[in-house]
Amino acid sequence: MSESSDAENRSNRFDRLPATPAEREVPGRVARSEVLDYWADRYGIPSETFDQKTFWEKGAGKIWVVDGDHPSPIAVEGLGMTCLRTRQEFWKPTTDFVQRFGELATDCVVVLSDDEAARFMSGDEQAVAWDGDWGYLIAARETAGDAVPLGVGLYTYGTLDSMVPKGRRR
Amino acid sequence: MGVNPLDRYESLVDDPTAFRAACDRPLPTTVRVNTIKSSAERTRRALDDEGVAYDPVSWADDLLTLPDSSPGDSWAFAHGWLHGQEEVSALPSLALDPQPGETVWCACAAPGSKATHTAALMADQGNVVANDSSLGRLSALRHNAQRLGVTATTVTRADARSYSLNPFAFDAFDRALVDVPCSCEGTVRKNPDVLTEWTMDHVESLAEIQTDILCRAVQATRAGGIVVYSTCTFAPEENEAVLDRVLAAEDCRVVEWDAPAGLETDPGITAWAGERYDPQVERATRVYPHRNDTGGFFCARLEVGA
Ligand SMILES: C[S@@+](CC[C@H](N)C(=O)[O-])C[C@H]1O[C@@H](n2cnc3c(N)ncnc32)[C@H](O)[C@@H]1O
Repeated sequence: MSESSDAENRSNRFDRLPATPAEREVPGRVARSEVLDYWADRYGIPSETFDQKTFWEKGAGKIWVVDGDHPSPIAVEGLGMTCLRTRQEFWKPTTDFVQRFGELATDCVVVLSDDEAARFMSGDEQAVAWDGDWGYLIAARETAGDAVPLGVGLYTYGTLDSMVPKGRRR
Repeated sequence: MGVNPLDRYESLVDDPTAFRAACDRPLPTTVRVNTIKSSAERTRRALDDEGVAYDPVSWADDLLTLPDSSPGDSWAFAHGWLHGQEEVSALPSLALDPQPGETVWCACAAPGSKATHTAALMADQGNVVANDSSLGRLSALRHNAQRLGVTATTVTRADARSYSLNPFAFDAFDRALVDVPCSCEGTVRKNPDVLTEWTMDHVESLAEIQTDILCRAVQATRAGGIVVYSTCTFAPEENEAVLDRVLAAEDCRVVEWDAPAGLETDPGITAWAGERYDPQVERATRVYPHRNDTGGFFCARLEVGA
């Protein structure tokens, strides 16, 4: 198994995550059960949300969520959407994932005012009032009566740092 | 200076003056609500909340025109609830009528408006295989699919004319959407250059590619499955003539489909420039810009074999 990150990032090979850590064959690859536990434990997103979804790794630590199942490995340009960065101390959800599934979260959601949300979408760091867990939070704003996710922010020492990628800033 | 290709179509339309006048006007700005993330109703409330003006499109609940803003201006867009898409370009996915759980091929999918619409109509369940031959355009497709939160998709890069199902566990698609490269005459309201760049040689070479891609789609779709063929051009050489050739070469037929109520359409034509086409092509749908204040479009629904 070549683990050279350069070669892996260029490859179009997606591998399905093993169901549980006990079935792990590739060192460092996270298991489906661990991903479901992460969404449930940190964000309160129910595991049943993903009953029809499968999770895949392409390149070291980049996890994709896909509807239904496929042969593994599969060599294609894209499979579903990126959802999570693993193989680092703190796992990091993607903007696209929290926009798609983050409305189901009950924890680690910081609701921003429109002014704060505008700063967040321009990629800035800002002081916010938050007394929950530190680390990656779902940043949301209130619209049509709901708290609707915008993206991921890294909260430390009273500051929320926007993780919105360049292509999604405004 | 060559001739204006639109001159060729004056004999096809009911009101040539209105047709030409519409082609000269800029196109209204329209967006499609991404129902993967939000309902049309909630999205309208969100736009009301933030004071963004919109008008409904009479024939589709999930389409809105924006009288005084660009698609990307609103918070609703930032949430991934809106996608800038021309009104008529929503027709092929509706004609396809894909069902949740199906496997659908979008043969020429980039930048992904119709593929993401197709996934939304499937409630993001199943597999929309979004293919394109252009790497650059595929990156736009991936960006759009991610932004809109599509999980029911596989992206491939291949020439659709010789498409292989090798990477997959299935051996035929349930449906295919064949939105081919074309001379784009119907986009003249957005990009007037299409008229000055127009040549008959180009039309003819496109028609060959279109025929080959549509043949491959019919072959790759299961018996009883549906293939939708679409272009954003008026040229019969790229529309009815392509259908005529594919009907002769492959086991398929053109079937009726009901264009949405409120959208004024015209039937396919069976004769052009001294040629006669299979009468089935009359079941295809033409959309002229002056009839609904949209771009121009062509769309046909085919049923495969059996
Ligand atoms: C009309 S555009 C498709 C628009 C797209 N369906 C959408 O709704 O966003 C035609 C596409 O066909 C692609 N294309 C051209 N020749 C092709 C071929 N032989 N095989 C696959 N794709 C091709 C082009 O790169 C282009 O992206």
